[in-house]
Amino acid sequence: MLLREVQKILDAEVLVGAEKLDMEVHTAFGADLMSDVLAFAVSGCILLTGLTNPQIIRTADVLDIAAIVIVRGKKPFPETLRAAADKKIPILSTKYILFESAGRLYEKGIVGCVEKVGGSRVFL
Amino acid sequence: MWKRWVGPVSSCKKWLFNETFSVQGGNFDDAGRISGNIKTILKEMGIGNDVVRMAAVITYESEINIVSYARQGMIRLHMLPEHIEIEAVDEGPGISDIRLAMQQGWSTATDKIREMGFGAGMGLNNIRNFSDIFHISSDVGSGTRLKMIIHIQQEQDR
Repeated sequence: MLLREVQKILDAEVLVGAEKLDMEVHTAFGADLMSDVLAFAVSGCILLTGLTNPQIIRTADVLDIAAIVIVRGKKPFPETLRAAADKKIPILSTKYILFESAGRLYEKGIVGCVEKVGGSRVFL
Repeated sequence: MWKRWVGPVSSCKKWLFNETFSVQGGNFDDAGRISGNIKTILKEMGIGNDVVRMAAVITYESEINIVSYARQGMIRLHMLPEHIEIEAVDEGPGISDIRLAMQQGWSTATDKIREMGFGAGMGLNNIRNFSDIFHISSDVGSGTRLKMIIHIQQEQDR
């Protein structure tokens, strides 16, 4: 699916990276705990989160996460937007809650970047 | 800012790369910058994605720990032909009960740390889980020292 379709499904506003909406995405991870994102998210996935601080960009950059969707209508800090523009990581903002966002994307074919946690380390 | 080693890995007998990065305690704005640098360095050296990810996660969580709890510290990346050594050493309060600190969910984090999405008692666990060899020692009142080793060849074996 294109990131553009993710934007439509979630009725999301594109805050950073309008030029990257034709990027292909297939998987997602959702969490507000960056330690869990570091532990389980896989490169190329979309990160759904309710956090808005620059650490989400640092985390996404470390893992090569494709794009970030900020849920619950939150607006990121200006330094978060600057960091995202700098690292060329698109940020979308949706008013849907995390559960609803995940459900709507799953229904259209986006799956978890990890289905189940097993073992101490997860690589795909 | 950092030394770059350029040349074939096999021709080099000793360390290929050795760099120390200093981390200022309390500087939350900077947390994650060093791991970003280390990720770039390792990628440029042609290290595989799994190993880069392990090193990046380890150094990121280490930075967060130093920024969150210590006065200052340093992260050293030491690259050898067969493995990567990462040390994270801080001057801080130390950890009185390491066994407790290694338990998932045990945390002394402040609200500031939790607001950033850390401080849920996962950091040391993540560091251990992403290391092939993990060692921790701490002196209460002086600081904590972590040493991690990642084998470079593992992804071919996996």
